[in-house]
Amino acid sequence: MNGWSALDRFLRTDPRDVGCAEAMELLHVYVDVVASGAPAEQRYPGIAAHLRACGPCGEDFEALLAAVRDTTD
Amino acid sequence: MYEIPVASARLDPESAEWLRVLAGAGPRREAALARLHGMLLRIAQAEARRRGPRMRITGPELEDLAYQAAADAVMAITAKLGQFRGESRFTTWAYKFVILEVSAKIGRHYWRRPDVSLDAEDWDRLPGRFGFEPAQESEWRDLLAALRRAVDTELTARQREAFVALVLDGVPVDALAVRLGSNRNAIYKMMFDARRKLRAALAANGYLTHHTPGRS
Repeated sequence: MNGWSALDRFLRTDPRDVGCAEAMELLHVYVDVVASGAPAEQRYPGIAAHLRACGPCGEDFEALLAAVRDTTD
Repeated sequence: MYEIPVASARLDPESAEWLRVLAGAGPRREAALARLHGMLLRIAQAEARRRGPRMRITGPELEDLAYQAAADAVMAITAKLGQFRGESRFTTWAYKFVILEVSAKIGRHYWRRPDVSLDAEDWDRLPGRFGFEPAQESEWRDLLAALRRAVDTELTARQREAFVALVLDGVPVDALAVRLGSNRNAIYKMMFDARRKLRAALAANGYLTHHTPGRS
């Protein structure tokens, strides 16, 4: 990723973005939907938008998904 | 005993069993708590080991952080058992607590590092933060000068402080929330508004319209 696209990505905001509080409130639900293979982004577009934009919440999402997958393998 | 508001018919059998045993009492509950703690500890250790080195947390300190996160998560889960609504598997709901505990503890730990400070405001770091190459300075110099002007003129004092900490100083959001006596959500919302203002200012001056993502 070059500087222009990195800056553009940083400044881009999605009006569907629900913010950290709502995303974290429903993170376990979202993760179970993702783990099941269902279209989580279509069902929860506001959470998907947030997880794409927020580094810390995105990292928590990846961590929870990994924990679920590791313990169900 | 906890009041369980979730209709057991909505729960998968494993979640229903977790809920039933944890809401009860006696040796079966104690055994379930020990099992839950063991599961959460393994997750906390894996996550702490993954994130810790980046935050310069290693060795016994990292293990201690994982143990504390697991213990605190078990306490929170038992205290909030009545809030589990059966929208996910019980274990997914429970794992969320320990993941968020690890995040919060690592954020608080950040300020124990001797090399971090919010005093510096080094704008020379700005190009590197976004990966602008020094060799192409003539291409991005005006853009970043406009960005800096927009930070100074368009943002509130609080937004500007957050921008400097997060972008120039590279302070993690959770750590900044601790320093400002705030929380991740409030910092994110504040920066969400700041990002919109900065984009609008740059677009008004013709920068982002001429240089779209993918430009080499």
